[in-house]
Amino acid sequence: MALAIDDVRRVAQLARLRIEDAQAAPMLAELNTILHLIGEMQAVDTSGVEPMSHPRDVAQRLRADEITEPDRRAALLALAPRAEAGLYLVPKVIE
Amino acid sequence: MQWEIVIGLETHVQLSTRSKIFSGASIAFGAEPNTQACEIDVALPGVLPVLNARAVEKAVRFGLAVDATVNRRSVFARKNYFYPDLPKGYQISQYEIPIVERGSLEIVLGERSKTVRLTRAHLEEDAGKSLHEDFHGMSGIDLNRAGTPLLEIVSEPDLRSAAEAVAYGKTLHALVRWLDICDGNMQEGSFRMDANVSVRPAGTTDFGTRCEIKNLNSFRFLERAIEYEARRQIDVLEEGGTIRQETRLYDPQRDETRTMRSKEDAHDYRYFPDPDLLPLEIGADSLHSIAQSMPELPGAMRNRFVATFGLTPYDASLLTTSREFAHYYESACAGLSGTTPKLVANWMTGALAARLNESGCDITQSKVAPEQLRALIGRVADGTLSGAMAREVFEALWAGEGEVDAIIERRGLRQISDSSELDRLTDQVLAQNAAQVADYRAGKAKAFNALVGQVMKVSKGKANPQQVSEILRRKLALPGYFLPGA
Repeated sequence: MALAIDDVRRVAQLARLRIEDAQAAPMLAELNTILHLIGEMQAVDTSGVEPMSHPRDVAQRLRADEITEPDRRAALLALAPRAEAGLYLVPKVIE
Repeated sequence: MQWEIVIGLETHVQLSTRSKIFSGASIAFGAEPNTQACEIDVALPGVLPVLNARAVEKAVRFGLAVDATVNRRSVFARKNYFYPDLPKGYQISQYEIPIVERGSLEIVLGERSKTVRLTRAHLEEDAGKSLHEDFHGMSGIDLNRAGTPLLEIVSEPDLRSAAEAVAYGKTLHALVRWLDICDGNMQEGSFRMDANVSVRPAGTTDFGTRCEIKNLNSFRFLERAIEYEARRQIDVLEEGGTIRQETRLYDPQRDETRTMRSKEDAHDYRYFPDPDLLPLEIGADSLHSIAQSMPELPGAMRNRFVATFGLTPYDASLLTTSREFAHYYESACAGLSGTTPKLVANWMTGALAARLNESGCDITQSKVAPEQLRALIGRVADGTLSGAMAREVFEALWAGEGEVDAIIERRGLRQISDSSELDRLTDQVLAQNAAQVADYRAGKAKAFNALVGQVMKVSKGKANPQQVSEILRRKLALPGYFLPGA
């Protein structure tokens, strides 16, 4: 499977990355190299091998359902470019 | 052409934990904005999510309750999209291997019941809230809700009408409260539904193109949105058009659905396993101890009420809408047999439910205790009280006037069942209503009811109407008895 230039633009759009036209062609070549490698790996017979979702072979540890985090609103809001009335302010978005 | 409506529902159930699914911040509703959003919830670099054990336990309880497969190993995945109330740029959810798969839910519609198959239920985190009031042309973001634990429950497209969808929604709502995994508060968004709706010619088996209606937070909106959307799709198809797959929003003010986004710009979420979270494993021991802690389920209790108390499935389903209501019923029925439990059911779903509704109380706040209701019904069964008198005693109980027998004494509500007294009253009425007696004898059945009514009137409502009817019938059957002028 090989990508076309439109796939590169679409993936970039989904990832909110700006790709200039001059960058799109080299990017396409690089992505296709990666896909080629994946193609080679997919050719390996993996029947009977359990799919791996994490490289470490241990299970998730759980925490007790307790409230441990204090209110740090002032400190966290101070990190934002703009805040008001206890809210983070962002450019207007209406879906 | 006859059309069939096909509906599947996705329900977001907020799990009633104290803290968030991946952080130790509180999820209490109504806090000042951003006071319950810690470093993990606002996605500062370098933080790591740690899974809440209680959220896992509640998801497992649901899986066991719907007879589903609880996956002993499930995987968290990142669902990638960009929106300001999702600070990480992805939502942690489950994709390929959810915690719960398959299962089913039985719904009751009138005297009919139906099994709805479930596809899956997976754990995920909620997003924050965007406030679009004007902040100098900007939007305000409150991240208190970000990271609130959700269980998304997906049904198969097994529902065939808005009424079935509502029955499913209500059954699921009752179940999650029954299991104590969700507070069920729909105003606060603890239980939100999305409906996938399509139509097809009746008798065909292929699915039509579906539209998804988002964020229905009441059963009334669910019903009306589906009805509107099905009508819209049928109109389009009957005019020779085609349905576009899209996401639509229901507008309660205008009672219509409208396009939110079409498939062309639908999100491609690029799911992949979240490297920050190891696979979730549920050990045999914890599975066993959760199974041990399960209450009797509403479906089982419903069937038991039908078998033990002779109720209809519909009445039994009304009584099992909540654990508290069902427990009230069982307490009120303690030691009763025969048809009396059916009377208790009628009182609970009638007068008591009406009173609770009016006063905005739930059953635990009822001003009439189960023992009092049982005593009241006992006095109806033994003939002391007529229906109307029982209603009066019930209102007096609700008003806190004391115990049943004391109220009956104080208000002089004893029904007249003494036959010599009833003899006297019926003789009096027959003597004074010669015309109606003649009418009755001439075959006018209505005249009989008028005579019963007269006896009730002279007894000031205290005569036992059944006994009055019997006595009147007997007397009127005697030839020559109370002939005019006799």
